[in-house]
Amino acid sequence: MSAGQARPRELHAGAWWIWALGLATAASRTTNPLLLCLLVAVAGYVVAARRTEAPWARSYGAFLRLGLAVIVIRLVFAVLLGSPIPGTHTVLTLPEVPLPDWARGVRLGGRVTAEGLVFALYDALKLAALLICVGAANALANPARLLKSLPGALYEAGVAVVVAMTFAPNLVADVQRLRAARRLRGRPDRGLKALLQVGLPVLEGALERSVALAAAMDSRGYGRTAQVPRAVRHTTSALTLGGLLGVCAGTYGLLADQGAGYGMPLLLAGVLAALAGLRLGGRRSVRTRYRPDAWGLREWLVAGSGAGVAALMIVAGSQAPGALHPSAVPLTAPRLPLWPAATLLIGLAPAFLAPAPPRTRGRTAPPAQARTQPHNEARTEPRTQAPTEPPAQTRTHPHTEARAHPPTQARTQPRTQKGDSAR
Amino acid sequence: MIRFEQVSVSYDGAAAPALRDVELTIPEGELCLLVGPSGVGKSTLLGAVGGLVPHFTGGTLRGRVTVAGRDTRTHRPRELADVVGMVGQDPMAHFVTDTVEDELAYGMESLGLPADTMRRRVEETLDLLGLEALRSRPIATLSGGQRQRVAIGSVLTTHPKVLVLDEPTSALDPAAAEEVLAVLQRLVHDLGTTVLLAEHRLERVVQYADQVILLPAPGAAPVAGDPAEIMARSPVHPPVVGLGRIAGWSPLPLSVRDARRKAAPLRERLADRTPPPVSPAPPAPLVPQQRPRPRLLGRRSMEPSTAPAAETSALVVRHGSLDALRGVDLRVGAGETVALMGRNGAGKSTLLKTLVGMHAPARGSARVGGLEPHRTGPRQLLRRVGLVPQEPRDLLYADTVAAECAAADRDAEAAPGTCRALVSELLPEVADATHPRDLSEGQRLALALAVVLTARPPLLLLDEPTRGLDYAAKARLVEILRVLAAEGHAIVLATHDVELAAELAHRVVILAEGEVVADGPTAEVVVSSPAFAPQVAKVLAPSPWLTVAQVRDALGLVP
Repeated sequence: MSAGQARPRELHAGAWWIWALGLATAASRTTNPLLLCLLVAVAGYVVAARRTEAPWARSYGAFLRLGLAVIVIRLVFAVLLGSPIPGTHTVLTLPEVPLPDWARGVRLGGRVTAEGLVFALYDALKLAALLICVGAANALANPARLLKSLPGALYEAGVAVVVAMTFAPNLVADVQRLRAARRLRGRPDRGLKALLQVGLPVLEGALERSVALAAAMDSRGYGRTAQVPRAVRHTTSALTLGGLLGVCAGTYGLLADQGAGYGMPLLLAGVLAALAGLRLGGRRSVRTRYRPDAWGLREWLVAGSGAGVAALMIVAGSQAPGALHPSAVPLTAPRLPLWPAATLLIGLAPAFLAPAPPRTRGRTAPPAQARTQPHNEARTEPRTQAPTEPPAQTRTHPHTEARAHPPTQARTQPRTQKGDSAR
Repeated sequence: MIRFEQVSVSYDGAAAPALRDVELTIPEGELCLLVGPSGVGKSTLLGAVGGLVPHFTGGTLRGRVTVAGRDTRTHRPRELADVVGMVGQDPMAHFVTDTVEDELAYGMESLGLPADTMRRRVEETLDLLGLEALRSRPIATLSGGQRQRVAIGSVLTTHPKVLVLDEPTSALDPAAAEEVLAVLQRLVHDLGTTVLLAEHRLERVVQYADQVILLPAPGAAPVAGDPAEIMARSPVHPPVVGLGRIAGWSPLPLSVRDARRKAAPLRERLADRTPPPVSPAPPAPLVPQQRPRPRLLGRRSMEPSTAPAAETSALVVRHGSLDALRGVDLRVGAGETVALMGRNGAGKSTLLKTLVGMHAPARGSARVGGLEPHRTGPRQLLRRVGLVPQEPRDLLYADTVAAECAAADRDAEAAPGTCRALVSELLPEVADATHPRDLSEGQRLALALAVVLTARPPLLLLDEPTRGLDYAAKARLVEILRVLAAEGHAIVLATHDVELAAELAHRVVILAEGEVVADGPTAEVVVSSPAFAPQVAKVLAPSPWLTVAQVRDALGLVP
């Protein structure tokens, strides 16, 4: 068994994000509900086909619900506050609330037109599709591995985020344990009061754990730095600071009415300087990366499919604006423009290109099943050492050749994971 | 490899220094065991090796500690990371990443090793520790023994010259502990790693040690030497040493094997005697108590009752899709002490929690004093059953012992002062204003026990009560529990500590994968089991002797 197979091959997290952002860009270019629905379906299909059983993969459902909530809220506002869209088809008329003079321009209640509703629906659908695309990236890409791809200078910030991410589940487990323990003191273990009263012990526990973790990280070499010449350090600071200033000024130039001329070059120069600063700053860090995610052909194709969808939709937007933005005034039935719809289907590519996630049923199998040799059987029959070929012996690693250690090996006969049957 | 020169450590606000004038040398390639009662500064000494004392803990270190020639005063822990690997008491507090493989690589990444070296060492370490099958598993899903091995592996990948471990086997079942110790031995033998470990469960480790360092009392100078010599005069010693001292064997055997080879005459002397019962026999089940029983602390005795203290029939408990308990039938009568044993994750804690209503049965039934615990309100249940959880701290909310006791009285609707009286009995030396967090493990356990006993539950459950306890604290716990059993309390302990079970339990129930695989009188169950037999039973098999005290009494010796 080659070691490369053991870690389930994962697509680079960056590729998923580029793909998802490409779809999101495409979504932002159209208000055609048919295209948007098709886009959501494409994203949903890829998520369904390629998401793993990891905890973050469950976030997709939350994003779907968020998208629905956005639509509902937008429609409710359109009904209550009216819509600036002129319309002739009145659906219903709400009693209008008279507002004082200073609130002129705001309307509460009144006529609700079909045109206004349709416009609001299209608009909300676009926003929901954007959210769902981001949700798809969240569900497909492992956030910890994405952080690992950060440049070296940002590594420490990345670790802080990773630690925080593993910390939250621990905190929840603590709360549950302590709430359950209240029962042992004869106090109610349900309700808000129970939750509040365990707050202090939970925080104390969390604090103690963070101190212990900090000690462990320090003794494992976290924060070791290399000696960097003084000149390099100063250059790093200058480049980073100057770059950030450039980015700010450039962005302002782009957004402000005048100054579009110098905005773009300044922004680009700022970005370049900041990147150079980050790269130089990485020299201070001595760390290396263990099995960094490779960016291979699949990554190019997946990222390319997302970028392609975005580019083609932008082109389509300039070629056939009418098809991508069905008019609400006058009301027309949206039609499905054929070739923009076909370009969206390119976004389905990752469902076939990305490696399939391992289906590990026993993935969260409890510790009990990890060791499969019941030690009390030995009472009735001679201990049956499973006559397997220990993996250690088939290797040629210097420390491990032919050193069968009965207690260790007998108890670690792997039957723990389904993925192992690949052996 | 490790040198302590006139080292004293004092923490701010402490009356006496935690360590005083420690002079030690640990040569390369030794497995060195640090022993001593709780609170003598074992953890401080271990921390000083890795530089965590004083860089991380604060306090003042006088003298000099050098590891592989590096002075810990001038090197911060991170600068010692390539020579010292530290594994603390709780492996979960040690993990930075979320999967096994990343965790193994983490230390090397910090040191900046080249990618191909990292890859090779991860593979080597996976094999060395038998973690190959777990490489892509999330750490949160591992068992205790597996976590401990991952923690050891995660510091091994940097090839440290020194490995420092604080109680590596205390939380593990006997078999998992053997697993970890086998790994440590292999490191010492094959890689020449110097291993320094502190451990309360000497019966598990002392036979592997090359050198034992004894810290006899707080502030006293450490005594280092050959294990057999040190054990001959150590206040803490495993049962096999106790047996050897009684029998006058010299040199003192440290392993069961050595003891057995010397034990033939002793076995002959004991052949015609029958072992006295370890604990007073439980009252005959289902017979109402007639005469008043001896009372602990002058409290009222329990109401006589005909119902068993706890009874489960065909009990099934599910965690998600997993059956944690599969058809457990168990009956515990008043005055009976039952030890629940089995490997980590066998369902022991789940069974105890079901008996206090934290889990609802999926099928079958659990009854405590005739009530269904998960349908009974906490207030009512408090009078029927009390559980001291694995982490006694979970039970304690207040910031002083006195406040904790007052709260316990209120919770149990007991007369004010009930709990405090119990605490004074169990922990005579503890002051009212002490913060529960400042107590030692043993004291905290006693406080939690007092809190639980305030409501006088007829059924007392203890989950892993001896984790982190030294022999003295354990002996006191045994005394307390014996008195409670004699008063008619039914006691169920879930434990990995075979010696505790041998000393205390009338009955042993062994769980495996959620099923009862053995249930019977202690002597019958444990003597025949290689994993669960106490050391004395192993030495004196096939006669059913379980504890040193039994042998001593049978020989008519005075302790």
